[in-house]
Amino acid sequence: MKVLYPFIAVLALVAVALVGSQISGLQYLLGVALPYLAFAIFLGGFVYRVLQWAKTPVPFRIPTTCGQEKSLSWIKRDPLDCPNNKLEVVGRMFLEVFLFRSLFRNTKAEIGEGPQLSYGSSKYLWLFGILFHYSFLVIVLRHLRLFTEPIPLFVKVIEFGDGILQLGAPTIYQTDLVLLGAVAFLLGRRLIMPQLRYLSLPADYFPLLLIFSIGLSGILMRWVFRVDIVAVKQLTDGIASFSPVLPDGIGPMFFVHVVLVCTLLIYFPFSKLMHMGGVFLSPTRNMSNNNRAVRHINPWNDPNIKPHSYAAYEDEFREFMVEAGLPVEKELPPAEKKEE
Amino acid sequence: MYDGAKIIPGLIIFVVLSTFAIWYGAGDAKQVPKPEKPVGYTNCVKPTDFMRQSHMTLLNQWRDEVIREGKREQVEAGGKMYEKSLQNGCMHCHTSKEKFCDVCHSYASVTPYCWDCHMSAKKIKGLEEAI
Repeated sequence: MKVLYPFIAVLALVAVALVGSQISGLQYLLGVALPYLAFAIFLGGFVYRVLQWAKTPVPFRIPTTCGQEKSLSWIKRDPLDCPNNKLEVVGRMFLEVFLFRSLFRNTKAEIGEGPQLSYGSSKYLWLFGILFHYSFLVIVLRHLRLFTEPIPLFVKVIEFGDGILQLGAPTIYQTDLVLLGAVAFLLGRRLIMPQLRYLSLPADYFPLLLIFSIGLSGILMRWVFRVDIVAVKQLTDGIASFSPVLPDGIGPMFFVHVVLVCTLLIYFPFSKLMHMGGVFLSPTRNMSNNNRAVRHINPWNDPNIKPHSYAAYEDEFREFMVEAGLPVEKELPPAEKKEE
Repeated sequence: MYDGAKIIPGLIIFVVLSTFAIWYGAGDAKQVPKPEKPVGYTNCVKPTDFMRQSHMTLLNQWRDEVIREGKREQVEAGGKMYEKSLQNGCMHCHTSKEKFCDVCHSYASVTPYCWDCHMSAKKIKGLEEAI
């Protein structure tokens, strides 16, 4: 059920795009107006979400630690898993952002015969996750060829590298195939593994289905339902330079692709996809674990409330504590002095 | 706002990178490629729309038929016979690689590997002069 609604939603989007591509008024709406709207929502929503996070105080150091904290000099410590200063945090964040280190630590738990619970390493999530993300990055950068004129050198270099197999005409891009394969894995993982199927929500399936159909529509547009690439670039380059023109004769598959991509952009700021910005702002990763070395003061503390130590507290209430039979660290002074 | 000194520059970098396509090459005149049409011919081996979209699949198919299957028979279109060949077929009418093929290919950043083996007329001439 939880996968059915996202699936229907994606099919509905495809249907809307297919119908819209046949009606000339809707063509302009889907091909020109929608991309502007989607990009504005994406950028504005992204910035808004990050600013909302920035307004949220994180008074306590709450890094997830997976190694020995800095302690006595002869105790071996783990600077990456329990960073103590900014430099170590930067190292940790770099590995997290670029190499998905925390996914690399993924484990699986299995109940064997006995019953015996055993834990093992499980690198598939990391492997397909990183393949997916880097393929997606390459594909996005490659698409710049349609939005820039002249085309920057780095885009050409990426294209060359991606099509280096020189298979077929037009050339096969490796990342297209890797992306589809990796998304299929990430989707299959949620559908097949019972624990994950139990945990997965429509919000987990929708982006996966959406990205899969974006990739598929792009591939179909390149090899099966071909479109006139020069006309497409006239449109996309026109959009990027704020002088949009809608040339005739762009195939319907292009509109399917554009509608799906725009949906992804619009959906982005409202969804779990915000982990793109969130990974930088996650306090369990980007804080150094130096609670024992540095005193961190809660930013909303009332400065008029002074610290009240236990010794001072006992001084204040010792008489009553003794009367009530509570243990005290310092006994009452002798009785005659008390009478004074 | 907490950690604004880090978050604001981060957001600025994000926005600048996301809008790369907008500011890169902004102000440059946008030119739509106009490939030179052959003189004296009004139609190609396939309709113009097909050729615009899928000429590369046709070339790929011809390549396979001629080189791998040895089917070198000519193609008939509009009462004329054409050779299934890039240099003797296509370029019989579209004589200049630079003024025809390259115009759209460089616009769309396509680098077909036809020219790893084939040579344009201009390059052949240059080579002949060099010898």
